[in-house]
Amino acid sequence: MSVTQALPSSAVTPFVPLADPAPVTLRRVLSSEWVKLRSLRSSWITMGLAVAAMVMAGVVGGILTNQDWAHMRPGRRANFDPVGLSLAGLNFSQLAIGVLGVLFISGEYGTGMIRSTLAAAPRRLPVLWAKAILFGLVTLILMEISAFVAFLGGQAALGSHGTTMTAPGALRAIVGSGLYLTVVALLGIGLGFVIRSTAGGIAALFGVLLVLPGILSILPDSWQTNVGPYLPSNAGAALYDLHPDPGTLAPWTGFAVFVGYAVVALVAAAIILERRDA
Amino acid sequence: MIQARSLTKTYGDKTVVDGLEFDVRPGVVTGFLGPNGAGKSTTMRMILGLDRPTSGTVTVGGKRYADLPAPLHEVGALLEARSVHTGRSAFNHLLALAKTHAIPTSRVRAVIELVGLTEVARRRAGAFSLGMGQRLGIASALLGDPGTLILDEPVNGLDPDGILWIRHLLRNLAAEGRTVLVSSHLMSEMSLTADHLIVIGKGRLIADLPIAELLSSASRDTVLVRSPQADELQRLLSSSGVTTTSHEAGALEVLGRTAVEIGDLALANGIAIHELTPQRASLEEAFMELTNESVEYHGGLTIAETSVA
Repeated sequence: MSVTQALPSSAVTPFVPLADPAPVTLRRVLSSEWVKLRSLRSSWITMGLAVAAMVMAGVVGGILTNQDWAHMRPGRRANFDPVGLSLAGLNFSQLAIGVLGVLFISGEYGTGMIRSTLAAAPRRLPVLWAKAILFGLVTLILMEISAFVAFLGGQAALGSHGTTMTAPGALRAIVGSGLYLTVVALLGIGLGFVIRSTAGGIAALFGVLLVLPGILSILPDSWQTNVGPYLPSNAGAALYDLHPDPGTLAPWTGFAVFVGYAVVALVAAAIILERRDA
Repeated sequence: MIQARSLTKTYGDKTVVDGLEFDVRPGVVTGFLGPNGAGKSTTMRMILGLDRPTSGTVTVGGKRYADLPAPLHEVGALLEARSVHTGRSAFNHLLALAKTHAIPTSRVRAVIELVGLTEVARRRAGAFSLGMGQRLGIASALLGDPGTLILDEPVNGLDPDGILWIRHLLRNLAAEGRTVLVSSHLMSEMSLTADHLIVIGKGRLIADLPIAELLSSASRDTVLVRSPQADELQRLLSSSGVTTTSHEAGALEVLGRTAVEIGDLALANGIAIHELTPQRASLEEAFMELTNESVEYHGGLTIAETSVA
C-alpha cells in the first residue's frame, strides 16, 4: 500500500502570523460595543422614545395643567408639585431604557451573535463591563440632558405656576432623574446577562421595578412600612421624588440602596458569564 | 496546531465528547467527520472556549483559546448556527468584531470583497440567504488573517458555485501553511476537500488518518467473479491461500488477487469466466463501516416500524 501521503510538516510552508497583533483590551471591546449599539435600529428607536417621553411629558403636562389651573380644586393647588410634574416622563422612559438594556444582551443570545462576541473576547468579563459602561454612559448623558430640558420646558409651559431650578430640591430631582434611569439601564444589562432571553429579562426587570410594589400593597401594613422603602423602585424614587410618602428612605440613602440592586445584578451577571457555557 | 487531550464534555449524565485525543496539523485540510450528534460542534465550541470541557484540555498553538491575547489573529471560526445579529448589516457586524482587535476598516472591506458580499454589505444580515450567511461567517473567520481556521459545516446552504469556491479556498488556506479544520457529516464532501480525517462517533475518536489510508484500510478491494465452474476456481484459489467467499451459486468474491491474475489463472486451467468485476468500496461505504456502531439515531425504513401511540 503506497497510497499513504502523510505530509511531513517540514514540507509545508510555515504560516507567518501577524507580526504585532493588537491584544483585546477593555477599550477595544468598548469601541466594538459602540459599533454594535449604534448599528441597530432598535437602539435609536428605543432611546428616541425614552428622550421624547421625558421631554414631552414635562412640556405637555405643563401646558395642560396651566390651562386647567382655574378649575383645579384648592387642595390640589396647595399640594401642586411643579418639579414632579415636569419630570413625570421618567415613568415611561424607564420602560424604554430597561428594555433596551436587556435587549443589548438578550439580542445577542437570541440571534447567536454572542458566540461571535465571546470568540473575539474570550476573557468574557470585558464584554459585560464594556456593555455596562457604554450603555450606562449613553443613558446618563441623554437622560440628564432630557431631564433638564423637561424641567425647563415644563416650567416654561406652567408659566406663573412653575418654579425654578433654585427651588429647594429641584436640582436634586432633575439630576436624580437621570441617575435613576442610569441605574435602571445597569439593572437591565445585569438581568440581560443573567436571564439571556428578551422576554424573560424584560419580565424580570419590570417585575422588580413595577410589580413588587403592587404585590406589597396587598400585604399587611407592617410589611409595607418595613419592606416597602427598600424595594428597588421606591428606594430609587427617594432621590427624585420631592414629596415622598412617610417612611421613605433619605434621598441618597435610597439611591444607594437602588445602586446596590444594580451591583448585585451585575455581579450575578459576571459570575454567570464566567461560569456558564455560552 | 490544535491539540485535544482527554477532551470530555458531559451534560448531566450524557457524555457528548468522550476522551478525545487528536492533533490537527498545519498545512493540510483536516476533515472532522462524524454522524449528526457525534459531538463535532461541541468539540469545536470547546476549542473556541465557548463551552468549558468537563475534563481534559484543548489548545491552539499550545494555549487555551481564552488565554490568547488576540484570538482573532490566531483562530478564525465559522460556527454551526448563524452567529450574527439579524438586525445588523454585514459591514457593521464585521466592523464590531474588527474593533475588538483594532483591525482597520480597510481589512473589513477586503474580507467582504473576498467572500463576494460587497453589494449586500449594507443590508441587514437577517435578510441574507443561507449561502450569504455562510459567506459572512467565512468573512468573519478570515478577518484577523489567522493561522488556524475552524469551520463547522461550511458548505451548508451553498450553491454549487459556492461549494467549489469553498473547496478552493480551504485548499489555498492550507497551502499557505495554515491549520484548517473542517467539520462535515458528509463523507463525499470531505473526500473532495480534506487530506486528513478525524472521525468521531458518539463523542469518541474512531479514526485519525490520511484520507487515502482510510480508503485502503476500510474498503477491502475485492473482485467479483462469475463462472459456471465456480467451485473449481474456488478450489484453485484456496489452494494458493486466497480468501474467497460465495454468496450465491456460480459467483465468488475474491480478496487478494487482481482481476488480471484471476483471469489468467482461469485461462491456464481452462475455466470459463462470465464476469470479472473489481469491487471498490466508496469512501461513503468506508465511512459507514467505520461509524456504523456509533450512529446516534437510526432511522427506520418503513412507517410500520414506528408505532403510532
